[in-house]
Amino acid sequence: MSLTYDDVVAKYEPVLGLEVHVELNTKSKMFCGCSTIFGAEPNTQTCPVCLALPGALPTVNEKAIESTIKIGLALNCSIAPFSRFARKNYFYPDMPKNFQISQYDEPICVNGYVDVEIETDEGPKVFRIEVERVHMEEDTGKSLHVGGATGRIHGAEYSLLDYNRAGIPLVEIVTKIVPGTGKYAPEVAKAYVAELRDILRSLGVSDVKMEQGSLRCDANVSLRLIGSDVLGTRSETKNVNSLRSVERAIRGEMIRHAQRLNNGERVVQETRHFQEDTGLTRSGRSKEQAEDYRYFPEPDLVPVAPDAAWIEQLRATLPERPSIHRKRLQEQWAVPDKEMSAMINADVLDVVEATVALGADPAKARSWWLGEISRIANEKDVAVKDLPIAATDVAEIVALVNAGDLTDKLARQVVEGVIAGEGKPAAVIAARGIKVVNDDSALMAAIERACAGQPETAQKVRDGHLPAAGALIGMVMKDTKGQADAAKVRALLLAHLGQSEG
Amino acid sequence: MIRNSASEMASKLASGEITSVALTQAHLDQISAVDKDVHAFLYVDTEGALALAAAVDAKRKSGEKLSPLAGVPLALKDVMTQKGIPTTCGSKILEGWRPPYDSTVVTNLKKNDIIILGKTNMDEFAMGSSTENSAYGPTHNPWDLTRIPGGSGGGSAASLAAFEAPLAIGTDTGGSIRQPAAVTGTVGVKPTYGGVSRYGLVAFSSSLDQAGPCARNVLDAALLHEAIAGHDPKDSTSINAPVPAVVAAAKSGNVKGMKIGVVKELNGDGYQKGVRTRFEESLELLAAAGAEIVEVSAPNFEYALAAYYLIAPSECSSNLARFDAMRYGLRVGDNDGASAESVMNLTREVGFGREVKRRIILGTYALSSGYYDAYYGSAQKVRTLITQDFNKAFEKADVLVSPTCPTTAFKIGEKANDPLAMYLNDIATIPVNMAGIGGMSLPSGVAEEDGLPVGFQIMSPVMKDDRMYSVGAALEAALLSKWGAPLLSTIPALAGSK
Amino acid sequence: MTSLSRDDVAKLAGLARIEMSDEELVALSNEFTVILDAVARVQEVAGADVAATSHPLPLRNVFRPDVVIPSLSPADALSGAPAQEEQRFRVPQILGEE
Repeated sequence: MSLTYDDVVAKYEPVLGLEVHVELNTKSKMFCGCSTIFGAEPNTQTCPVCLALPGALPTVNEKAIESTIKIGLALNCSIAPFSRFARKNYFYPDMPKNFQISQYDEPICVNGYVDVEIETDEGPKVFRIEVERVHMEEDTGKSLHVGGATGRIHGAEYSLLDYNRAGIPLVEIVTKIVPGTGKYAPEVAKAYVAELRDILRSLGVSDVKMEQGSLRCDANVSLRLIGSDVLGTRSETKNVNSLRSVERAIRGEMIRHAQRLNNGERVVQETRHFQEDTGLTRSGRSKEQAEDYRYFPEPDLVPVAPDAAWIEQLRATLPERPSIHRKRLQEQWAVPDKEMSAMINADVLDVVEATVALGADPAKARSWWLGEISRIANEKDVAVKDLPIAATDVAEIVALVNAGDLTDKLARQVVEGVIAGEGKPAAVIAARGIKVVNDDSALMAAIERACAGQPETAQKVRDGHLPAAGALIGMVMKDTKGQADAAKVRALLLAHLGQSEG
Repeated sequence: MIRNSASEMASKLASGEITSVALTQAHLDQISAVDKDVHAFLYVDTEGALALAAAVDAKRKSGEKLSPLAGVPLALKDVMTQKGIPTTCGSKILEGWRPPYDSTVVTNLKKNDIIILGKTNMDEFAMGSSTENSAYGPTHNPWDLTRIPGGSGGGSAASLAAFEAPLAIGTDTGGSIRQPAAVTGTVGVKPTYGGVSRYGLVAFSSSLDQAGPCARNVLDAALLHEAIAGHDPKDSTSINAPVPAVVAAAKSGNVKGMKIGVVKELNGDGYQKGVRTRFEESLELLAAAGAEIVEVSAPNFEYALAAYYLIAPSECSSNLARFDAMRYGLRVGDNDGASAESVMNLTREVGFGREVKRRIILGTYALSSGYYDAYYGSAQKVRTLITQDFNKAFEKADVLVSPTCPTTAFKIGEKANDPLAMYLNDIATIPVNMAGIGGMSLPSGVAEEDGLPVGFQIMSPVMKDDRMYSVGAALEAALLSKWGAPLLSTIPALAGSK
Repeated sequence: MTSLSRDDVAKLAGLARIEMSDEELVALSNEFTVILDAVARVQEVAGADVAATSHPLPLRNVFRPDVVIPSLSPADALSGAPAQEEQRFRVPQILGEE
C-alpha cells in the first residue's frame, strides 16, 4: 500500500540538515595559481600542487578567504578570530593528495542564520534556518568512466581522470538540524537553497550555477514521531543539483523513511544519490561503519586569524540582502508580485535594475528584458545573461526610442543585431542603415505625448483657443531637449489638433 | 684539488687557477673511483653537471659577476626535486619518476651557479638513521665501510667524507643532517624551521622537515646556507625575514663573552665514553676561547623521542598517501578487472619498505578516531613543553650544546631489527626539530676506543642561526690548531681514491 | 600496556591502503606492543593545561594574491602517469560511490 505525503506528515515530523557546497569564482585555485575557468581541455589547468606531485606545497588564496568571510557575514555568522585548515584523510583517485584540505573543529565562520519566507496555509511565514558553520575546502578532480554502459561507475572497465577541477575553492555551508517545518519541509529547504543562491550571487563570490555544479546540495533527512524529541536515523542525499530537486528529494526521502518505519524496518544511515529522472534516491555507500578521516591540523599551512579591522572592511562591502533589496525595488518600480516573480524566475532582475540605473524607464527596461530578449534567449536555449547584450545596450536603445530616433519595431532589429554580435547599438544602426524614415515622426511622438499628458489643454486648442498651444509646445521642446525647431513643432501641433494659423 | 674546501675551490675558480669543468670532472672521476664501495649516489648527472660547469666558466670568462660558490660542485639529497632528474627518495614507489619542476632549493642552487653532480642515497622517505632503509642498498661510511654513514642523509654526508663532493644538501626531520655529519666527521646544519624553503622537498613530516647545508667545514656550510636560504612565497611556512648573517658569523668565529649552555639531559648515561670525552674537551676549548660555560636543564627532553615517534609518523601517514599508483610512480597489479583500490593496496605493499610501512601504520593509529587525544594530541602538548624548556634555557645561554649522537657509527645490520634501538640514535637531535630552532653538528675528533668521528651539537634560537656558526667556527679553529690539520685528513684512504 | 592485535593492524593497513600478508600483520602487531609502550610516555606529562603545538612557528595569515600563474603543460602534467588516454590519467576501475 502506498503512502501519501499527507499520511507521512500526519504521523511524523521531518528533521532536516542541509549541506551546501559552493565553488567560489576566484580566478585561481584555492591552493595554487592554476586557472579555474570552466570547460578547459583536460589537465591543462594543473600544476605540481593540484596534482599532488611529491614536494609540492599549498598556498592560500586570499580572495577565497575574503569571499568566505563575506559569506559568513551575509549569513549572520560570527567570524572566528582563529581558524585552521585540517587534513581530511581518505583515499579516492579523484583526490590527488588522498587527503582533502578542509576545516574541522576550527572553521572560519560559525553560528549564523538565514530567514526564508514561504507561503503556508496561514499566509506567508518566516522560517529561521540556523547555520552551524561555514568552512573552506577544495574540490576534487573529475573522472570519466570508460567501458560501462552509461558512463557510470558501475561496470566501467577503467576511468580517466582530469584534475582541472581539483583544488577549486569550495565553501561548505552546514545548517544545524532544522526541526519544526512539518509538512513544509521540502519547500523550506528549497527556499533556503534559493535564498542562499541569491545571497551568494549578490555577493559576487560564486557563479552559483547548480547545473554546472558550482552550487551543490546534500540533504539530510530523518523522521520522528510527532511529539517525540528523539532524532531518527538520517539519510544523506547527494547529487541534488536543482532547486526543484531539493524539494523532490526531501519529499521522496520523507515518504521512503515513513514506509520503512511503518513497516517496522530500520532506516539505514547511508549516503543516497538523487536520480533526476525518477525523482527517487538510490543507495550509495553505507555509513554504518563511519569512515575514519583522521583529521589533523594541516602542517603545510598556518592559521587564519582575521583581525577585526579586516572583517569590518569586508562587512562594509556587503550588498543589501537580496530579499530586502527585491522588496525595495518592487516598491520603487511599483510592479505587481506576478511580474516581480517573472523577473526573478527569468533571472533578469539585476539587469533590469542596471538598465534602470542607466536612465531607462523601469517599465520599458522590464519589457525589453522579459519580452524580446527573453524570447530570443528561449529560442537559442540559453540563459538571458549569457546573451551578448548588456544593460548599457538596452538603456541606449530605450533612450533612442524615447528620442524618436527609433520606433519600437526598429529597436527590435537593433536588439537582434546586438545579440547577433554586430556590435553596440550605434554600430548596428550604422551597419544596418536603420533610421527613422520620417524625421517628423520623433516630433510627432513627442507631440502625442504632450497632448496625452495635458488632454484639457489639447482640447482647448482643438476648440480653437490657439494661445493654449504654447504650453504644449513648451512640453515638446522639453521632451526633445530643445533640439526641435519650435516653429515646426507649432505647425505640426496645430495640424495634429485640426487647427491652423489664423 | 678535490680535498680542498669549497671556499678554497671557489677562490681558485675566481682567480682562474682552475675551471669549473676541470673541478667538476675531478669530482666525477672520484665518484667513478670510489662510489662502488661507498654508494653515496643514486644518480650521477655527468652531462648536466659538465654542461652547467662549462656555462659557468663561460660566464666567468665574459666577466660576469658571479656568486661566491659559482662553479663549485654539490651533491643533492634524493628527496629534493630537480626538473628532469630522477627523484626516488630512496623508495621503489618513485622509481623512474622525473619531476617536471625544480624545488626552490634547486632553483636557488641554479641561481648561484652551483653545479649539481647528482642525487644522494638516503633512508626511504628520510625515515631512518643509517641509510640502510634505502630501497637501493645502503651507503657505507668512508671511515669504515662496514659501518653506517648515519641517516637519513647518509649519502650526502658520505659523499663529503669520500671527497666526491665538497658540498651537499641534506634534510633534517629528527637529525637527518646532523647525525650523518657526526658519524662521518663532517659539518651539517639544520637551519631554523622556515629558514630554507620546503617547496620541492618531498615531505616526510611537514612540521619538522628542514633542508640545510652539509660541508666539510663551518664556513663552507655558511656559504651554502646563504645560497639556499630566504623567504619563498611557495612555502607558507617560510619565514619572511632576512637570512641571519651566517657567513659573517662563520668568518669571525668570535665567542668572547658568549654564554654556552650545556644541556644536562643530553649527556651522561647512554652516551659512549669517547663521545663524552670529546664533548668535554670541546667545552674546555670554547671556554679557553672566551665563552662562559653554564649548565641548563630541559626536563621535558626525555619525552621528545616519544613525541617525535608520534608526530612524524602521523604526518607521514598523510603525506605519503599521495603515492597511490594513479598519477606517477610505481603501479602494481593493474590486471584486467583489477580495481583502483586493489592496485593502490598492492602498489603500496610492494613500493614501500618495512620501516615506511611501520611508520604509516603507527601514524594512522595515532590519528585515528578515539586515539587522537591520547597519542597525536599528547605529543603536540609535549612539543609545547619542549619549546618552553628551550625558551627557559635560552634565557640563561646564547646557544645550547650537547654531543650530536650517543655513539659513533655502528655496524651495518647491527640495529636493523630493533627499531627502538635505532630510534635512540636521534635522542639528542630531535628536540631541535620539535621546537623549530637551529642546530649544527661539527666534528670534535674521534673516539679513542674505536677511532670513529664524534659530533658536537650547537643549538641556537629561532632565526639566530648566526650564533651557532660563531660558536662552530670558534670550536673548529681551536680544534684545528690542536690537530694541525682537518679531521678528514686522517680518514683512511679509499681504494682507487684520487 | 597498550597493544594492537593482528586484526587491529589489518584494519589500520586497510585505512592506509597497504596490502599486508598475515605474517607481516603478526610481526607488526608484535612490534607495536613495544613501540606503543615507548611512545605512550607522552601521556605522562601532557596535562589538560598544556596547549598543543602543531606548528613550530607562530605564523598567521600567510596568503597569496588571487592571480593565475601558468600551469604545467599537459605533457609535463602527465609525464609521470603510469597510463594515460585522451590527455587524462588512466586508472583502474573505481569502485565505491558515484
